[in-house]
Amino acid sequence: MHPAVQGLLTIAIGVSACIGYFYFSNILLDKVIFPARGTHAGRNINRANLIRPWLFLFPALAALGLYLAYPVVETLRLSLTDRDMGGAFIGLENYRKMSIDPKFWEAMRNNALWLLVVPAASTAMGLLVAQLTDRIRWGAIAKSLIFMPMAISFVGAAVIWKLVYDARPLGTEQIGILNAILVALGGEPHTFLTLPFWNNFFLMVVLIWIQTGFAMVILSAALRGVPEETIEAAIVDGANPFQIFFKIKIPQIMGTIVVVWTTITITVLKVFDIVFAMTNGQWETQVLANYMYDKLFRANDWGVGSAAAMVIMLLVTPILVWNVYNARKEMK
Amino acid sequence: MDNIAGKKSSLTWAVHISVAVLVFLWMFPTVGLLVSSFRSADQISGSGWWKALFPQEQNVMIRTADPALQQQIDGAYVIEGNLFEQDGLPIGTVSVWGTSSRDINAYKPGDTADLGEDGQLTVTENGDYTLLKTTEFSGSRGERVFLTAKTPPTFTLQNYKTVLFSGQATDKMGKAFLNTFTVTIPATIIPILIAAFAAYALAWMDFPGRALLIAAVVALLVVPLQLALIPLLSFHGAVVEATIAFLGTPDPDNLRRFATVNGLGRLLGFEPGEAVSSKGYLGVWMAHTGFGLPLAIYLLRNYMVGLPKDIIENARVDGATDFQIFTKIILPLSFPALASFAIFQFLWTWNDLLVALVFLIDSSGDTTVMTRQIVELLGTRGGNWEILATAAFVSIAVPLTVFFFMQKYLVRGLLAGSVK
Repeated sequence: MHPAVQGLLTIAIGVSACIGYFYFSNILLDKVIFPARGTHAGRNINRANLIRPWLFLFPALAALGLYLAYPVVETLRLSLTDRDMGGAFIGLENYRKMSIDPKFWEAMRNNALWLLVVPAASTAMGLLVAQLTDRIRWGAIAKSLIFMPMAISFVGAAVIWKLVYDARPLGTEQIGILNAILVALGGEPHTFLTLPFWNNFFLMVVLIWIQTGFAMVILSAALRGVPEETIEAAIVDGANPFQIFFKIKIPQIMGTIVVVWTTITITVLKVFDIVFAMTNGQWETQVLANYMYDKLFRANDWGVGSAAAMVIMLLVTPILVWNVYNARKEMK
Repeated sequence: MDNIAGKKSSLTWAVHISVAVLVFLWMFPTVGLLVSSFRSADQISGSGWWKALFPQEQNVMIRTADPALQQQIDGAYVIEGNLFEQDGLPIGTVSVWGTSSRDINAYKPGDTADLGEDGQLTVTENGDYTLLKTTEFSGSRGERVFLTAKTPPTFTLQNYKTVLFSGQATDKMGKAFLNTFTVTIPATIIPILIAAFAAYALAWMDFPGRALLIAAVVALLVVPLQLALIPLLSFHGAVVEATIAFLGTPDPDNLRRFATVNGLGRLLGFEPGEAVSSKGYLGVWMAHTGFGLPLAIYLLRNYMVGLPKDIIENARVDGATDFQIFTKIILPLSFPALASFAIFQFLWTWNDLLVALVFLIDSSGDTTVMTRQIVELLGTRGGNWEILATAAFVSIAVPLTVFFFMQKYLVRGLLAGSVK
């Protein structure tokens, strides 16, 4: 069978199985188990309505439980056991092994740098663009173009930026724009991605380039939501545009800024593709997610790999708690 | 808004210029890749892509036509022709030329060079030349001319042909392109379907534990999928082993290989000795479904809660069942939210590398996806920019198209998903 036909067939089967489940389980409930007729019609309808929510929820709960909730527990268990010893409990041994691995601390240091720089830079750039484009007629087009990298994969972005950073020996024509500018100004070409420490920032630029659009879209909506009366009042009182921006608008959209910041923070903690594709953690650019992938699938060390995954989970947890807290507050 | 007081802000020009600069900076890298994908390998390594848009100056050595082509006109021997036509060069204009490699800037277009006993050579701006001599030309080769020529920008589609249709082992992008679609479409449809039902239950049905479940969905929104890799890989392996035990008996040395196959297994097309990989489309669809569900449920529930209560209650009073309310009222009304999530999930699954690496791509490499192919190319052909740029652009083109046509829904979804 042609792979495309096979694919279409599998798609059709999967989707109709899904629809079939919802359709027939409802019929089964209403017509067979608790039929709305006979002596117990009223009681049956009530009972059916008690069960129906769970019919609707079951596939989602099963998938969420199996693919997200169970792995958290299982990864915790794996991080405390040794696979070679048949899964024996070894306490914090994996974490100890990880803590004496210099590559782990390199990843931690780099992740800290990423966390400091990327959310701040993306949010600031996003805010800047949102504010600037708000006031001009072709702002919508400008926004759309700056938003565009959001649609590009991290791998695609890695290729795009590798071309920007490309270096050729001195004397030959530079095809990377950065080195071309450097050489034109009389400098020497640098291989930016192998320059320890600074190369981290060259990788971060890629993520900032992608995430600025996201920050811009959300902050731009928030800026539009700032009540006009407050701005008018400020103008009447003689505030200049900078004062209006920093003293009137920013304080009113602080909540949104925090949301954008935390969302990008989570993205940063999971960043994998950019490092994997551009340097693969060489030249001191390792990050946690790539370190974990290295341990799991190259070194085949499930214990330390799981321990690294738990570190990522631990770093995400404060944001998780904060989000849940806010969501519950809002529902009340 | 700042113009309310009636005076035009003096900053307007500064704003226009800064936005233009920012847009330029943001577009520049992507445009570079696009332009490079239409250039040949020589062009890419010969000059920066930003020069490709303008006429290029290049130095070439060209020979005039063979002496055999000489004509006799008015008692003199003449060889005529156009230098650009000799070597299949792109048609350009001559800026300077010379007849010796030591002095290639000796003559301007239109000048006549005296070659001594070899005659006189005139080269005009468009490359036409006349070689004139009183005696017959001899020898087998033409005269050497060193040209400094301006050639207009030239672009080629050859890279796209190579990447998509050549079918070379290292360039199997065409196959990867199809595979990516096979991953993406079900991985977008299935979570939407499942999430829509769940979101309806969480928005409009009353049952104990509802608030707790909503909180759980919000919590799962941020769980890094990195945690799921190993547990789920083991789980998929266990499913394969159980399937083999059900459809036959496993090989004692390798529990994921059939030793014998029973009737049902034969019916499904399995053979004894066949190994079943725990990696495949089914696994990657399930994984994408699981990872996409929290956002899907969250977005759709938030949207459905906002739908007018009257409609739903009227339908209930008229005797509609929940299933009917859902399919006939809620689903059509929720189209914008469904579209938002569909775009998210499509972009995310199309652009994904990690999930495909872990759950889909086995050692045979038949199920490879584009992101994986590009990483492979980066490793093995890091210097072949023409192949790399084209491959990357093929993979970027689809999400970009979706992005530009459905941006409205994407923005709406982002706003609904983040602003609380």
